Amino acid sequence: MADEVILLGYWPSTFGVRTRIALEEKDIKFDYREQDLFNKSALLLEMNPVHKKLPVLIHNGKPVCESLIQVEYIDETWAGKNSLLPSDPYQRAQAKFWGDFIDKMVPGVVRLMWGAKGEEQEAGKKEFVEMLKTVESELGDKTYFGGEAFGYVDIALIGYYCWFDAFEKYGNFSIEAECPKIIAWAKRCMKRDSVAKSLPDSEKVTELVPELKKKMGIE
Amino acid sequence: MVERSEEVKLLGMWASPFSRRVEIALTLKGVPYEFSEQDITNKSPLLLQSNPVHKMIPVLLHNGKPISESLVILEYIDDTWQNNPILPQDPYDRAIARFWARFLDEQVYVTAMKVVGKVGEEKDAAVEATRDLLKLLEKELVGKDFLGGESLGFVDIVATLVAFWLMRTEEVVGVKVVPVEMFPEIHRWVKNLLDVDVIKKCIPPEDEHLDYIRARMESLKLKSV
Repeated sequence: MADEVILLGYWPSTFGVRTRIALEEKDIKFDYREQDLFNKSALLLEMNPVHKKLPVLIHNGKPVCESLIQVEYIDETWAGKNSLLPSDPYQRAQAKFWGDFIDKMVPGVVRLMWGAKGEEQEAGKKEFVEMLKTVESELGDKTYFGGEAFGYVDIALIGYYCWFDAFEKYGNFSIEAECPKIIAWAKRCMKRDSVAKSLPDSEKVTELVPELKKKMGIE
Repeated sequence: MVERSEEVKLLGMWASPFSRRVEIALTLKGVPYEFSEQDITNKSPLLLQSNPVHKMIPVLLHNGKPISESLVILEYIDDTWQNNPILPQDPYDRAIARFWARFLDEQVYVTAMKVVGKVGEEKDAAVEATRDLLKLLEKELVGKDFLGGESLGFVDIVATLVAFWLMRTEEVVGVKVVPVEMFPEIHRWVKNLLDVDVIKKCIPPEDEHLDYIRARMESLKLKSV
């Protein structure tokens, strides 16, 4: 039976990008269906009734929710090609720890960089830079977070790269000045087909910000 | 079987649901470990060194190498000691189990904490919100003895925070957050849990636990005034 893989996503979402990259890394054919976050489709509500959020991966009719859970699911289901997680339990635990860090700490803060002003925005910037520096010191001088192999932690973080221009523009700071190793790493990731295919254009993301602000009722 | 000497140490806290869930997993697998009670108001050098990023318990030290974040630790334990598996084998079932674990930690726990920490209208709102979330768990339990199916699994271990923390706070907050009329399946599930030896062994003793919850509630209220 041929596998049917559908991904419900929202194009600028840093979460949906992760799942796309994972699918591309494994060479899985999938049907991407763009969703309107502000006008949720019946399919989305049916497939993610608990959170009603994107992305949703639907494999042969069965939904998997939460982007990092999807990445792990993809790795376990289509095992044997381009492993995304290390096979050693300790290395795997480290990868999951950092994925969890990025997942928990970053989203709350990034909105403040383009969506807030004054003190709130400054505080957001400071926290973001601190977090990125923590992650940068974990990366060190490695090619990717897992060493030579591109994987889970890279996938967790790279989706934010297409938002960096927007952060810098609205936050008025240089990410490269603060975290040069992260920028170098991001450029390496962008050379991979799976990443280049999956990340939206930075310019388009930056152009979206005023529209997003309006839709979200942010001044 | 273990050929060389394995050193397993858990930096934990007796009243923490996150620490206890790790103990449940280790005990279920028959892994001998040394428990080191941590004072989170005066963090030990070992804790700070083992979890420099979050500086929180629990931290599992396996042959000196630290693993932090309770859900990550649970999966590490399952990967390392393969007897009595905690997570299901099938990738789809694993994804579902992980989804519910996150739901419990990121939604239920966060909302339930507000029941303990707030007063008046804010507390009432937290009770309502917690109940709405628990209705989803209630649905999951229909026709099952445990969230993991026929036997205790990953989600049950994580959900002990509902059975033995949230539900124990009811005595202290004076509100039946999880009344049996609204949540018969959850109550049935708690009874099933209490029949499992590992659970009985690993949950905090009730009286001391209630005293601790009472004291914490008082200190939280003082902070919010």
